[in-house]
Amino acid sequence: MSGRGSNQKRLDRRAAIRVLLDGRGDLLVVTGLGSTTYDAASVADDERNFYLWGAMGGAAMVGLGLAIARPDRPVLVVTGDGDMLMGLGSLATVGVQSPPNLAIAVFDNGRYAETGMQPSHTDNTVELTGVARSCGIEAVFDIADEPALSDFARQVQLKERTLFARVAIYADEPPRVLPPRDGVLLKNRFRRATGVE
Amino acid sequence: MTDSTSLADWRDDIFAALKAADIRQVGYVPDAGHSRLIERVHADPQFRAASLTTEEEGIALAAGAWLGGQRAALLMQSSGVGNCINMLSLAKACRFPLTMLVTMRGEWAEFNPWQVAMGSKTQAALELMDVLVYRVEEAASAGETVAAALDIAFNGSLATAVLLSQRLIGAKRWVK
Repeated sequence: MSGRGSNQKRLDRRAAIRVLLDGRGDLLVVTGLGSTTYDAASVADDERNFYLWGAMGGAAMVGLGLAIARPDRPVLVVTGDGDMLMGLGSLATVGVQSPPNLAIAVFDNGRYAETGMQPSHTDNTVELTGVARSCGIEAVFDIADEPALSDFARQVQLKERTLFARVAIYADEPPRVLPPRDGVLLKNRFRRATGVE
Repeated sequence: MTDSTSLADWRDDIFAALKAADIRQVGYVPDAGHSRLIERVHADPQFRAASLTTEEEGIALAAGAWLGGQRAALLMQSSGVGNCINMLSLAKACRFPLTMLVTMRGEWAEFNPWQVAMGSKTQAALELMDVLVYRVEEAASAGETVAAALDIAFNGSLATAVLLSQRLIGAKRWVK
């Protein structure tokens, strides 16, 4: 079980996103639909964040296309277990492509938080770290405390190898912080802020 | 069936159109009709070829490529169009440029009736999601049609698909 009463060590999701995005340098960020989009916006509505408000299952692949196009920049995908499970095959594609500047962090609360906290498969039999490892992603981390997350954030900046982190978070719903949801605006400002338009 | 080692043909015209349009990333789920194009894309350093587990990954890949300033194109079979439907909302909501090259099954001397369900609805499904659809029936028009679809996609930030007819590709031979 994933609640606050659980014995398993977990992180507060808003504390976790600050560890990943504070001092982000020239990091490019893609977030999955739902809570990870609100998490990123809670740090700052940075124009170098591309928030998905739909396209469930697509976050890792948007990150992959971006990482291939921008080998000069670190790219971090922050998404939830529900989005990652829907796009599980994309971990196989990422493992085969393995761009050294791509990192994926899955905020795993074992729940579909957006739709009423129904349990996801990671609350049952599925270990995302094992999936990522089997897909050929060599640097895989199971993170449940801030020092380990800080170390992961440092490695993201190095652009040395594809990274995957499962970040254990509590199943709670902090107040929503809603960034813009006009997709054309998000796309155009991201391209302008990163110098490709 | 056209021998994939034969002299230049419509597949090479499509390859030339991708090169001329400065396409850099090509996502695909393999299809026999695309096999020569897939080989050529892998062999040319202009392209980063990405084999996908399902076609919808390609819609997201192409969006990420564009965010990073690169152009992408997707190769798939008609059955794969059905896998893309919800992910096409990404292209539509954000007006990402997109070109899907779709080899048709289930429409011309098809042996396998399971291909007909999606093949007969491929164009309608794409049009329901506001993808502009062009069809190629004759080998001579393949290159220029793909070039035109790429132009419209990248000039206007629009989603396009080119359906390569099963008559053009040649019906799959099941019993040799």
